[in-house]
Amino acid sequence: MADILGEIKKNLIAGRVDREDEGFDEDMVGQPGVTELVRQALEENIPPADILNEALTPGMEEVGVLFEEGEYMVPDMLASAECIAEATKILEPYFSGQEIQSRGKFVIATVEGDLHDVGKNIVSTILQASGFEVQDLGTCVKADDIVSIVKETKAGFLGLSALLTSTMTHMKETIDKLKEEGLRDQVVVCIGGAPVSEEFAQKIGADLYGEDAFDAINKLDKINAPGN
Amino acid sequence: MAQNKREGTLVEPILRLNGEHVRAIHKASLSLLDDPGIFCFNETAAGVLNDAGCSVSSKQENQGVWRIRFPAALVEQSLESAPEKVVLGARNPKNRLVLDARVPEVYFGTGSETNIYLDTRKREYVCPNNTSLTLCHPSFHQERGSIEYLCQSAKLCDVLQQVDFFIRNVNIQNEGITPENKDVNVFLASLMYSTKHVQSGLVELDSLKHVLRLAELISEGSEGFPKNPVISFITCVIKSPLQMVDDTTEKLIAIAGKNFPVVISGSPQGGSTAPIEEEGMTAMINAEILAGITLTQIINPGTPVLYGAVPVRARLDTLHDLYGVPEVIHYNTDCIQMARHYGIPCYSTAGVGDAKVPGMQATIEKVFSQLFVAAAGAQYIHYAFGLLDKTNIFSPLQAVLDDAQIGLVRGILRRPVFTDKDILETVEQVKKVMDSKTRLFARHIRKAMRKGLVSLSYPFETRELEDRVLINAFQKLKDILSGPDNRLDETLIEKIYREIPGLLPRNFFEIPGIQD
Ligand code: B12
Repeated sequence: MADILGEIKKNLIAGRVDREDEGFDEDMVGQPGVTELVRQALEENIPPADILNEALTPGMEEVGVLFEEGEYMVPDMLASAECIAEATKILEPYFSGQEIQSRGKFVIATVEGDLHDVGKNIVSTILQASGFEVQDLGTCVKADDIVSIVKETKAGFLGLSALLTSTMTHMKETIDKLKEEGLRDQVVVCIGGAPVSEEFAQKIGADLYGEDAFDAINKLDKINAPGN
Repeated sequence: MAQNKREGTLVEPILRLNGEHVRAIHKASLSLLDDPGIFCFNETAAGVLNDAGCSVSSKQENQGVWRIRFPAALVEQSLESAPEKVVLGARNPKNRLVLDARVPEVYFGTGSETNIYLDTRKREYVCPNNTSLTLCHPSFHQERGSIEYLCQSAKLCDVLQQVDFFIRNVNIQNEGITPENKDVNVFLASLMYSTKHVQSGLVELDSLKHVLRLAELISEGSEGFPKNPVISFITCVIKSPLQMVDDTTEKLIAIAGKNFPVVISGSPQGGSTAPIEEEGMTAMINAEILAGITLTQIINPGTPVLYGAVPVRARLDTLHDLYGVPEVIHYNTDCIQMARHYGIPCYSTAGVGDAKVPGMQATIEKVFSQLFVAAAGAQYIHYAFGLLDKTNIFSPLQAVLDDAQIGLVRGILRRPVFTDKDILETVEQVKKVMDSKTRLFARHIRKAMRKGLVSLSYPFETRELEDRVLINAFQKLKDILSGPDNRLDETLIEKIYREIPGLLPRNFFEIPGIQD
């Protein structure tokens, strides 16, 4: 029984989502990955909490250490983050909400007129792996649509991404609309993207600027979500 | 007409792929264009491609986008109709560029739309232990890009000898610039000081008519437009992997409809938005560019297009874009060969530094790509001057350094030009010198010099035990900027202001001085 938890952890660290995933090594193709192993564990009646606490969480912690030590690079981190996301999807129905500790709902979008999403996608994957319940609205999203999703989902966090100087103005527009709707105090607004800065965040009244996902998470750790 | 063009560097192209590789990549690209095909976000394009014989899924079938599967025959037919030769005009017709897919004549120019302009100041430092020891070194400050800086860059690049064309390289972020008026201001700032070909993207389709009118007014002085298209456009129609974006596609359709020269560019990042392997990257970007070219040729057969290859790599530590690595040279060289195989002039990429300031790192990152991409015979190499911090910073000082570097690159790539007669002559020369008292060849240098075969030493060298490259280049920058320029004449400027809406006041187009 412990064996399979060890396998899940090992595969998580290798970033193998499923059987077809080669991880580090082509020889691994064909062997079960995290999703298959999690399902198998559930079939073997291993408690979901054990899967979470004895395989996934320590696995991800180890990935974090490897990353900090410079052993792992961002692609490794993303691969493991994807495993966590897939595993959580499988486990979710087994938990009654409280057992999986969500750090809150995080709505994220690239603003209107802007198609850049490589950075936003990385940020959303990492946020998800670090415990946020992420709803990614995609690219070119109008301020009105962002605000209505925030309203609908009662999200505690909003991440906005812009890569163009001509679109970063929509960040302010979004914040202004949040105010109009009386939602501003409900949500921590966090912005990022190449042309924006700490200074710009202050100017438009965002709560924080994240240089990258890790910077954002560090800063979020220091803020208490108003919704929570 | 023959002399009325700028002279590029004719090279003997180095090859990376053999014929079999080229055919295999072509086949792989066609197979990608069939499955998964292109995910298209633009309705007009989906309609046009459908009518031309592509298989187009309905929007609902495919999560809100049209999935377009291109028949190989349609792609190949479009490649036939795209012209081999594209002429790009210039305010000064002597700066006109003739890009011929069959002729590996290389031109270098600027590129990117940098948010940051790197201001340079000269600083002198004194050694605390021995005040007679001093060191001069530049200090750098980041400034937001503006119209003034774009004007300054246009003037600088007009003077720099190795710059063959000017892509607007500073993002204008002045108060008062809006998406609606940005295009006319960008083109005016560039054309105001550049007598070389000017190229840019287009923010708003609505400004196309004003931009074309501006170019028309400016060309009247030279040869008339569109015979001398002093401007052309870059369209990033593709978002990798394999997606045709909505707004740029709309612009491409309009530009192609007007038969204007246009770059079909794709910029996948190996490792994030494209396979990191050379063959995967090349097959995919090639498919993406072919899709864009096919669209233009359906809209208007014969539209002059450039095969726009901007393949880059992702960094492993942040997944940001990365330029100064061997793979970027591999990707670009492969694309150049594919473009030549199709008979379409190639817009390629070289000379970006990942470093944030001029110096050793920047030089090393830049020089290999400048050399090898040119050696592969791309007709039109963008990004080659002044770019640092990936493509986020334009440094005029770096542009001056790049100018010297590219001068060397051109020297290295010069083809051998001797004939049988020249061989006989040098043999005679050796005999003569052997008969002379001094046995020195020095007096014979002059002949080779006149033929342009003798390179000068590095222009920013220092003779003392010191490296003053940056300071010497800074002096050259200051000299250029305080020297004469080719600003448009005042009556024409007045006429432009009367006709073209949205221009910021004239004082925005004055060039700021450079401080010590
Ligand atoms: C790749 C790219 C593209 C691709 C986008 C592919 C994609 N799937 O996103 C394509 C080719 C489609 C493209 C198109 C265009 N692009 Co572009 N593009 C780039 C490029 C080279 C890299 C961006 C990138 O992916 N970086 C890698 C990721 C990892 O970094 P990142 O996005 O910055 O994200 C990190 C941080 O910023 C932060 N972050 C980002 N978002 C968020 C959000 C939150 C909440 C937080 C906390 C953090 C955070 O964390 C991320 C991870 O570390 C940049 C140059 C650059 N170096 O930025 C130009 C750049 C952004 N593009 C530019 C331009 C001009 C364009 C076009 C207008 C070109 C044209 N003429 O058609 C179009 C615009 C299309 C549109 N309407 O949006 C300019 C913008 C200048 C300006 N005007 O402001 C740039 C700066 C290039 C340049 N120097 O000229 N582009």
